[in-house]
Amino acid sequence: MINKVVQNVEEALEGVQSGMTFMLGGFGLCGIPENSIAQLVNLGITNLTCISNNAGVDDFGLGLLLQKRQIKKMISSYVGENDEFERQMLSGELEVDLIPQGTLAERCRATGAGIPAFYTPAGYGTEVAQGKETREFNGKMYVLEHAFEPDFAFVKAWKGDTAGNLIFKGTARNFNPMMAMAGKITVAEVEELLPVGELDPNEIHTPGIFVQRIFKGANYVKRIEQRTVTPKS
Amino acid sequence: MMSLSKQEIAQRIAQELKHRWYVNLGIGIPTLVANYIPKGIDVEFQSENGLLGMGQFPIEGEEDADMINAGKQTVTVLDGGSIFDSAKSFAMIRGQHVQLTVLGAMEVAENGDIANWKIPGKMVKGMGGAMDLVASAENIIVAMMHTNKRGESKLLKKCSLPLTGVGCVKKVVTNLAVLEIKNGAFHLLERAPGVSVEDIKNATAGTLVVNGTIPEMKM
Repeated sequence: MINKVVQNVEEALEGVQSGMTFMLGGFGLCGIPENSIAQLVNLGITNLTCISNNAGVDDFGLGLLLQKRQIKKMISSYVGENDEFERQMLSGELEVDLIPQGTLAERCRATGAGIPAFYTPAGYGTEVAQGKETREFNGKMYVLEHAFEPDFAFVKAWKGDTAGNLIFKGTARNFNPMMAMAGKITVAEVEELLPVGELDPNEIHTPGIFVQRIFKGANYVKRIEQRTVTPKS
Repeated sequence: MMSLSKQEIAQRIAQELKHRWYVNLGIGIPTLVANYIPKGIDVEFQSENGLLGMGQFPIEGEEDADMINAGKQTVTVLDGGSIFDSAKSFAMIRGQHVQLTVLGAMEVAENGDIANWKIPGKMVKGMGGAMDLVASAENIIVAMMHTNKRGESKLLKKCSLPLTGVGCVKKVVTNLAVLEIKNGAFHLLERAPGVSVEDIKNATAGTLVVNGTIPEMKM
């Protein structure tokens, strides 16, 4: 088996530079690559384009990179939980491309699947479709959307093995599998890093072929944005 | 004038659920619909972050950061439920495997246009999955208050805010009325208890069609 293991987050992020385009998995704060984000903050690189469904909250997730003004452009579907983001966007400091969530997911999938572009009905007739090619199929209008060109993809999985195979837990899966497919270099951080043979091949979500570097993450916070519960009794 | 509470709007929308439907509920009033599923109706709730068979909020102390809905609330998954990635989730939506979408709106127009994601220069949170949902769902019900906080109608001739989707809304349930959108007009189907046709006319800026006697909603 091809061994994808790197020893730590420093080694995992070797080669990242200012001006690059990154994909970062997660939905809200669920399933985000916490260790890789922390290292991007440490490295202090700037002028980044980040493709991620959300932009974290003010003091966690991608919000940490926004605080330090490391991000030049965000490509997201929903950024509602981040005041600093909204401030930077409205003041024009931050470029923002807001795109429909399903389009974002499919553009990530297309990137890794060798599909340069595809038609989707989402956003037809709205400002999202402005300047884009549209076309009618079977009486319905569609918008042409393109794949991305990310330099790195950062994903977070529950379990992984040394060959780079990944298994996600719960809804922390979200964008991670498509982004894992899309990175020129995909960095996977996992809660448990296991020897090959420990994961059942039937249950792998992301085959190791898509992952270039894997490491065992540490100190996961896994912050909950909206703690909603049913009272006991 | 009496009008429905948010809970009652959700309760009325729940009457629209059909047996064996897969349903996506948006944030806000739509989420409450899950509390009022009629007896004998089996439905499954889809959450676009990648969950089918969404259950209740977890018992206090059992919440799991890795198990949330699209509103980022901690939830549970029911027996028979499933979890998948975002591409598959939107394949379900665009592929029309989900039969009903219920979502909120800032404005709805008499031609079925909907605006619910952006107030230029003010509120720029993003559309999330709303554009995919309204572009694809067979059935879209908008759940909202009939007027905004300034008392202005949200049922318009033409949306003034940036659109989320065009010509897609067929039904609107508000605190005052149930309305169907067809042939470029709002058709009044039901009144909220204690609300008169006149009240609804006054609160509706778009073309309102009133045919015959309009019954009160049965709650």
